[in-house]
Amino acid sequence: MEKLAFERPIIQRINAGLPSKHGISRKLEPISHIDEVPIKSLMDEYGSPLFILSESTIRKTYKEAYRAFSSRYPNVQFAWSYKTNYLNAVCNVFHQEGSWAEVVSGFEYDKAIANGVPGELIIFNGPDKSREDLKKAINNGSLIHIDHFDELYDIIHISKEIKERPKVAIRVNMDVGVYPKWDRFGFNFENGEAWDALNRIMGSKNLDLIGLHTHIGTYMMTTEAYRVAASKLAHLAVSLERKHGHVIQYIDLGGGFASKNTLRGAYYPGTDTAPSFDDFAEAITTALMNSEIKPSHLPMLILETGRALIDEAGYLAGTVLANKRLSDGRRATIIDAGVNLLFTAFWYEHEIRPIEPISEQTEDTIIYGPLCMNIDVVRSNITFPLLKKGDHYVIRRVGAYNNTQWLQFINMRPNIVMLDVDGKTHLIRKAETLETINNQEVTPEHLRSFNL
Amino acid sequence: MVKFNCSSKSAITSFKVMLKIRKNIAISDSGFVFDPMSGESFSLNPIGLEIIQLIKNGNNFKEITKVILDKYQVDEETLDRYFYDFISTLKQFNLLESTSHG
Repeated sequence: MEKLAFERPIIQRINAGLPSKHGISRKLEPISHIDEVPIKSLMDEYGSPLFILSESTIRKTYKEAYRAFSSRYPNVQFAWSYKTNYLNAVCNVFHQEGSWAEVVSGFEYDKAIANGVPGELIIFNGPDKSREDLKKAINNGSLIHIDHFDELYDIIHISKEIKERPKVAIRVNMDVGVYPKWDRFGFNFENGEAWDALNRIMGSKNLDLIGLHTHIGTYMMTTEAYRVAASKLAHLAVSLERKHGHVIQYIDLGGGFASKNTLRGAYYPGTDTAPSFDDFAEAITTALMNSEIKPSHLPMLILETGRALIDEAGYLAGTVLANKRLSDGRRATIIDAGVNLLFTAFWYEHEIRPIEPISEQTEDTIIYGPLCMNIDVVRSNITFPLLKKGDHYVIRRVGAYNNTQWLQFINMRPNIVMLDVDGKTHLIRKAETLETINNQEVTPEHLRSFNL
Repeated sequence: MVKFNCSSKSAITSFKVMLKIRKNIAISDSGFVFDPMSGESFSLNPIGLEIIQLIKNGNNFKEITKVILDKYQVDEETLDRYFYDFISTLKQFNLLESTSHG
């Protein structure tokens, strides 16, 4: 007689709480393939854990975002936010699609140049630009978004020194009706600081003021805030023309659009609550079109969307290391990717699915990463199927920030592969080794040996 | 040179004490468990139900292992691991009478 399939024996407490009237399926369907490539075969070849990026998804998402804005506004330009994911392969997909580069440090600036982005198509944001960075950016004709007065005076000095006219915009912070107010970057709109900066730029005669920029926050769930922001920048543009007779060439609304990830503690999943690109586009373009800006002077609309363009394209696949029972009886599952690789687990309830077909049985589970650190929690409470040691999982929507904020902590960082539009696999970042780390270290002569 | 001595006794061989489900615990054929003392209810998956019934019928660990190994595609080590996990959960939920490991 053929034996039956074995399933772990379990007993679960039945909690008779108030049922939600909004039914959400509790069964986690396995995800076995990405772009028709078996995830298991990728791990067999490139190891576990493994980051997997889908080029098709990046291109599809970009096209969707571009269509949403360009079908509503005559002059739209995206600039790829390097800090969101500055893997060269990822940046170049966006550049091939037509995105400029948006960088926030000298390192990112050099990366964009090395990728082949023309200097005049690089937007240089952020509070940290050294004099050398600024000189380079001015010489290359890059678009410098000024963050504070110290930077403004640096630029004025450098422009006199090297006799070049820097192309600048100011970053404006403002009250758009959301909390927390992002007022640490740029010049404030409400207290007149932004006007003060604009007047000084116009008075300096050495600088070409070509744009106005704002970035109102991150993971914004409301489109209304963007309507307010666009209206306030449009008001500044109109006032500039009225007062100084100066017409700006672009308005940059920054980024911050929510992706479809679910924030920790959120009642509904992000897939149900995040506004679409059309929603954001409608709010922003309507505000600009309805403003007092003359139709013949409508500025280019620049968007620096990062998260919403790349999150969906990234996956993190790996292996279950162990199961254990906590003191309160809860199940804990330990997986081979922790917060060192999945930095966003600090604020998202990441969707995690099995790769192989599993039973219908689920159990309330806490999912830990492999680090010997108490903070290493990937999901603090999830109704999860009964995965055994050696089973595989995949975490969805990890494309934003994880490959830039990840930590080389306790373990090395693993391989990253990209699946191209034909389903071909490309290794785009090699796993680190002990050598990678030790190459950066210098051990003094007297500390090179010891006797135990 | 430091020498370490250690001796261990397999948990499987030392597990000789008969497990007993607490009196009054109601177990239905569909895997629903009710504890009238606490008022709490639980649900079992089919294998969990099978094991709990074997325990209820007075089988010891060895006998239960044999039944499950004969019937399901599972090796002894895996079964041992999950059996202990299952028993410790029953203890957590206060459904067992004996907690001694002998």
